[in-house]
Amino acid sequence: MEILFFMIPLGVVLVAFAIWAFFWAVGNGQFDDLDTPAYQILLDDDQPQPQKKANEERKEEP
Amino acid sequence: MSTCFHCGDPIPAGETRSVVIDGSPRPVCCAGCEAVASLIAGSGLENFYRYRTGPSARPQDPSDGPDEWDAFDRPRVQQSFVRELSGGQREAALLIENLSCAACAWLIDHCLRRLPGVAEVTVNPASGRALIRFDPAQVQVSTLMRNLARLGYRPHPVGAGQAESAAQRERHAALKRLVVAGFGMMQVMMFAVGLYFGAFTGIDEVYQELLRWVSWAMATPVLFYSAWPFYKGALRDLQARRVGMDVPVALGMTIAYLASCWQTLTRGHEVYFDSVTMFVFFLLVGRYVEMAARHKAAAATDVLTALIPPTARRVIDGAEERVAVEELEIGDVVAVRAGETVPADGRIVWGQSRFDESMLTGESLPQARGVGDTVVAGSLNVANPIQLRVEQTGQNTVLSTIGRLLDRAQAERPRLARVADWIAGRFVIGVLLIAAAVAAYWLPRSPEMALLTTVAVLVVSCPCALGLATPVALVAATSRLTREGLLTVRGDALENLAKVTHVVFDKTGTLTEGRIAVDEVRPLGALDADRCLRLAAALERHSEHPIAKAFTEIETDDRAEDVVVTAGAGLEGIIDGRRLRIGTAEFVAALSGAPLPAADQGGDSWIALGDERGVLALMRLADRVRPDTKAVLDELRGLGLHLEIASGDSHEAVSALAQRLGIRRFSARMTPADKLTRIRELQAAGAVVLMVGDGINDAPVLAGADVSAAMGSGTALAQTSAAMVLLGESLTPLVQGVRTARMTTRIIRENIGWALSYNATTIPLAAIGVLTPWMAAIGMSVSSLVVVINAMRLSRRRRTEVCPPAALPGAVSEVS
Repeated sequence: MEILFFMIPLGVVLVAFAIWAFFWAVGNGQFDDLDTPAYQILLDDDQPQPQKKANEERKEEP
Repeated sequence: MSTCFHCGDPIPAGETRSVVIDGSPRPVCCAGCEAVASLIAGSGLENFYRYRTGPSARPQDPSDGPDEWDAFDRPRVQQSFVRELSGGQREAALLIENLSCAACAWLIDHCLRRLPGVAEVTVNPASGRALIRFDPAQVQVSTLMRNLARLGYRPHPVGAGQAESAAQRERHAALKRLVVAGFGMMQVMMFAVGLYFGAFTGIDEVYQELLRWVSWAMATPVLFYSAWPFYKGALRDLQARRVGMDVPVALGMTIAYLASCWQTLTRGHEVYFDSVTMFVFFLLVGRYVEMAARHKAAAATDVLTALIPPTARRVIDGAEERVAVEELEIGDVVAVRAGETVPADGRIVWGQSRFDESMLTGESLPQARGVGDTVVAGSLNVANPIQLRVEQTGQNTVLSTIGRLLDRAQAERPRLARVADWIAGRFVIGVLLIAAAVAAYWLPRSPEMALLTTVAVLVVSCPCALGLATPVALVAATSRLTREGLLTVRGDALENLAKVTHVVFDKTGTLTEGRIAVDEVRPLGALDADRCLRLAAALERHSEHPIAKAFTEIETDDRAEDVVVTAGAGLEGIIDGRRLRIGTAEFVAALSGAPLPAADQGGDSWIALGDERGVLALMRLADRVRPDTKAVLDELRGLGLHLEIASGDSHEAVSALAQRLGIRRFSARMTPADKLTRIRELQAAGAVVLMVGDGINDAPVLAGADVSAAMGSGTALAQTSAAMVLLGESLTPLVQGVRTARMTTRIIRENIGWALSYNATTIPLAAIGVLTPWMAAIGMSVSSLVVVINAMRLSRRRRTEVCPPAALPGAVSEVS
C-alpha cells in the first residue's frame, strides 16, 4: 500500500497540470464561442471553387 | 406559393429571377437576394445554405448608393470603434444585424477574408459581434462594412468592444473558478470514499492522515480561489449592514473548512472537505448560469442601438454630406430619403412622408407626417424624401429612453426572488444559531462532542435539499417546455407563471400575424372581386409602401404602365389603356368625380380602386388573426385566467378584434408607459400579470409584468426583455406553459416540505450527538437525491399533452 504515497501526490500533480492547461485554454479564447467551431469543420472549403475555375477559363480564351 | 431560396419571403408574381445552387436553379425574390445568392454560390460557399438554421435576411439593394459607408473612413468617426494594433494593423469592432447562426458567422468570415488586407475575422454569433483585423494600407473600413451590408448583414460600429471585453473577463474568471471547484470536488470526493471505507473497515492511521492532508490540499484552493466571490459578497453585505445569501454561505463554508483543518491537525475524528467543495461547486454552477443569462440579455439590448442607422445625410448649404450619426448635433438639418431610417429625433422642415413606426409604437400602418411634425429616430421613411431639423441625438432620443426604461424595469428584482432569498437567508442564520447553541451547550461538558455535534448540525442541515428543491424542478420544467416551443429566459418565469391570474396580450404580431393582408374585397362597379384584386396587385407592384406587401401574394398577369406615386394618397397608372387609381377613397374618387363611397370604418383600413368612370371596389386591409389564437384563448380561459388586450393600435381595430375573440376587457392607443401603468394597476389590485407581446415598444412592459412572453418572430429585443420566448409562430405552447408551471410549483412545494421535515428531524438528532457527521453526510446526499428524483417527474411528458410540433418551424426540433 506504500504505493499510495507515490500515486496520490502524482494524482494531485496531474490535476494541477489539468487546471493549468484549462486556464491556458480559457485565456486563449477556446471557450469564447462554442457554437461556430462545430460548423467550421462541416463547412470547410473542400470543394473546388467555381469562381476560380471561371477566371481561369476566361484567361485561356484569348 | 413559392418562397425565396435566400430570404424565405414569398416570391412576387411575375418574378423570374433564379440562382443555380447545388446544381439546380433556386427561385429568389429580388435583385438583392439574387446578388447575394450568386455571390455565395460563385465563391464556392454554398455550404452556407446547407448549414444555416433559418432563412437569411433580405440584403440591402445592391444598387443603393455606395456612399453610405464612406463616412466611416473619416478618422474622427473611426476613433470610437477602430483600434490601432502593433505592426500598423487596425481592428474594427462591429455589431452585426441578422447574425443568427453559426453558418452566418462562417459566411462572413469567408467573404471578408477574401478581401485583400484582411488579416483576421472573429465573428461571435452568440453576441452578434465581429472583430476584424485589417491592414489600413490595403483596405478601408468602408469597404469592409459595405461588403457586410451586401451580404445582408448590416454592420454597426460598437464602442471598441469595451463592454464586451469586460463581460468576457467576467466569464473567463467565472469559468476558471467553476473548473477549479469541479476538479477539487472530484478529487476530494475520491479521497472521501477512501476515508468513509476506512471508517467502516478500519484504516491505518498513516493512510487516513495521508488522505486527509491531500483532501486539505485540494480543498484549500477551492475555498480561497473558487469561493472568493462569496467572501467578497459577504463583505459587501456586512459593510452595507444587511444579511444576504452570501453571509451565511461564507460563514458555513469557513466553519466547516476550519473545523476540518483542526481535525486534520489534531488527528480528530472526521473531516468535511468533501461537503465544503461540493457546496462551493454547486453554488458556482448556479452563479455561472445566472451570469450567462445576464450577458445574453445585455448583448441583446445593444440590438436597440442597431435600429439607428450608422450614418446620416447632413445638409449644409443645400449640399448633402454623409456623416456618422455620432457627428450629428442639435440643429443640424438631415435629409432622409424614402426607404431610409431616421437617424435622430427631429422636426420635419421640408417635405412630407409616411413613417413606419411599428418597431416603436406597434402601429401596423405607417403614419403620415408633414412639415412641423416630429419624427423619432429608428422609424422608417417609407414614402418620400424629407428633411428634418435634429432635436435630440444619441442618449436623448425616444429610442434610447425606451432602452433606459427597459434597463430600469430589468433592475427591479421580482418579489418572489426576494422572498426566496429571504427564506434561504433566514434558514441559514437559523441553522448557524442552532449550531452555536449546540456548541455552547456541549463545550463545557465535552469539547470533543461540541465539535462533532456542531459540525454534524452544519452538515446535516447543509441547505442542499432546500437549495436544490427549487432550481432542480425549474431546470426540469424549463427543458421540457423548451422542447415544446416555450423558451424560459428568466429563472423566476415559471414560479410566476404558475401564479398568473391575468393575461394581457398585445395585439399586433401577437394575437395577429403582424402582417397586412387583403381581408375583404367589396366590388362596387362592373368588375368582380377577383379582377379588381388583380388590377390592384398590378398597380401595387410599383410601390415600396408597406401596404403593397398585402398584394405581393396575389398573382396577376396585368402590367401597369406610367405609374405615378402621390405621397399619402395612392398610385395612379395605366393598365390595358385604362387609367386606374388605387389609394385613399378621396384620391380615387377624384379621378372620376364620383361621390365618395361609404366605407364603414370598422377599425380596419379601407383602400379604394377606381378608374375614370367611377370607383370599382373597396378593399379592406387587415392584420390577420393567428390560426390558433382562438383555441389558445379558450384554453387559457379554461385554466381560470382573465384575458385582456392592450394595444397601441386604434380603438376600432382593437375593439373589433376583442369582440371577435370574445375578450371583454381591452384598451387601445396605449403608449408603452400606458401599458406599464395598466399592468401596475392590475398588480396593485392583487393580480399576477402575464404579458404576451412583441415589438420594442413592449419591451419595458414585458419587463414590468410579473411574467412575460414574447413571440419568437418578434424583434430580438422583445425576446430578451421577456421572461419567456415562444419559439414558433404559435401561441399554443403558452397553455402547456401554464400547466407545467403549476405542476412545477406543486413539486417545489413538495420538495421544500420534504427538505424542511428532513431538517426538522435530523437537526435535533445531530444536536444531541446521535448522528455522527458521516451519517449526516449520507443523510444529506439521500435527501438531495429524493428532491432531484421528484423534480425529474416534470421532464417526463404524457403522450396526450404533446402539442403539434408542426407549429414550430425550424425552432427546436423534436429530440425525444
